[in-house]
Amino acid sequence: MSHDHSHSHGSGEACDHGHAHDDHNSPEYIHKTIKKYLMVGGILFAGTILTVAMYYVHIPSVAATIAVALLIASVKAAFVAGVFMHLSDERKMIYGILLCTVCFLISLMGLTLWAMNDFPFFTLVDGKPF
Amino acid sequence: MEIPYTVKPRPDTGLYNAKLGIWLFLASEVMLFGGLFSAYILLRVSADLWPHGMVSIPVGTFNTFVLIASSVTVVMSWASLKLGKLSAFKGYMAATILCALGFLGVKSYEYYAKFTHYDVWFKDEATAKKYFTAAYGEKGEEATRKLFVERFHLHNTKATYDANQIQLTGHIEGDPLFTNLKKLASAKKETIQFTPDAPFGTHDHPKPIEVKLSDVQRLSAYVPAHSTYFAIYFTITALHGLHVLGGAIVLGYFLLTADRWWKKSPEQLANRVEVGGLFWHFVDLVWIFLFPIIYLL
Repeated sequence: MSHDHSHSHGSGEACDHGHAHDDHNSPEYIHKTIKKYLMVGGILFAGTILTVAMYYVHIPSVAATIAVALLIASVKAAFVAGVFMHLSDERKMIYGILLCTVCFLISLMGLTLWAMNDFPFFTLVDGKPF
Repeated sequence: MEIPYTVKPRPDTGLYNAKLGIWLFLASEVMLFGGLFSAYILLRVSADLWPHGMVSIPVGTFNTFVLIASSVTVVMSWASLKLGKLSAFKGYMAATILCALGFLGVKSYEYYAKFTHYDVWFKDEATAKKYFTAAYGEKGEEATRKLFVERFHLHNTKATYDANQIQLTGHIEGDPLFTNLKKLASAKKETIQFTPDAPFGTHDHPKPIEVKLSDVQRLSAYVPAHSTYFAIYFTITALHGLHVLGGAIVLGYFLLTADRWWKKSPEQLANRVEVGGLFWHFVDLVWIFLFPIIYLL
């Protein structure tokens, strides 16, 4: 999955070499990725059809309906992020940034949900103290 | 001044600078949309009634396909540059921009349909009944009102029938944009010709009826001020639409200046397109979550 892409190979010069990415720049590699991109495009189209199809399948539980829709969306998002955005094969620094982002996003969502039933003192609900 | 590391990776980060920059920017974008998504959840869970089935699923599905197609074409345009095929790059990039414009066109059509679609709330129950009967007939009135209530529930499991909450929905003669009681009053209108919608799930459009404005308590198009639902709907989708527009402008700039950059530095052009593409995929990714949340759930 994640390559370190250390710059210690080749001439040994950290900055002054042009082939750190040779494996990622070769026509063979690009042709392979193009196939992958088209496949992911197909998966995303199929995922969209599946999401819409699930709308017409009546699942009795509302929670399950929401879970299925979000699960399909998450799988589609994972393909976009992993393949189109090259996250399946990126530098460590980007994973670090995204790890921070995920932590902040979870905190943001968590704080919102936490605050959902948090009313100031003396709040009246239907005329009665909450 | 020359900007460093536009092509070669910076030794300490292992990335060319623009890539690090776009990822930091996308991290902030995640927080921006995350804040709006959490607002949506909070508003929806706290609401007594939440409209359901207010937007067209086929139209939304079509737009989802358009955006996915554009994600494929933008990544293909980058791959074409990597293979040294400038003309293929131009073709794919032009297709991406066409998809972006198509998406915005469809979204504008959806917005226009909302801005010319009205809800009318009547002063009291008896008045509401009078107009509902005029629109849907003696027999259809009760059933139609129930159908309008049921549309407010995912799966219709908890539909409650509260006559006071019923509003007549439909179109005003001449399809005015954003009109309201104040504007109609200043235009010295006393009545409007109102074509009520077909009952939810049917296509039986009733004939236009005359509505006296003195009977109306509130009249609103489907604009942000209509309800919490439309407020958050327009906020999120308009912000997303602005991202599509911004992305299309940047990608269009890359297309128009491609020849110059191709001569100057093909690798830098490929990197610019990669960074623009990363933003574009993010916009697609946001839509992947927006589509089920807004259109289906």
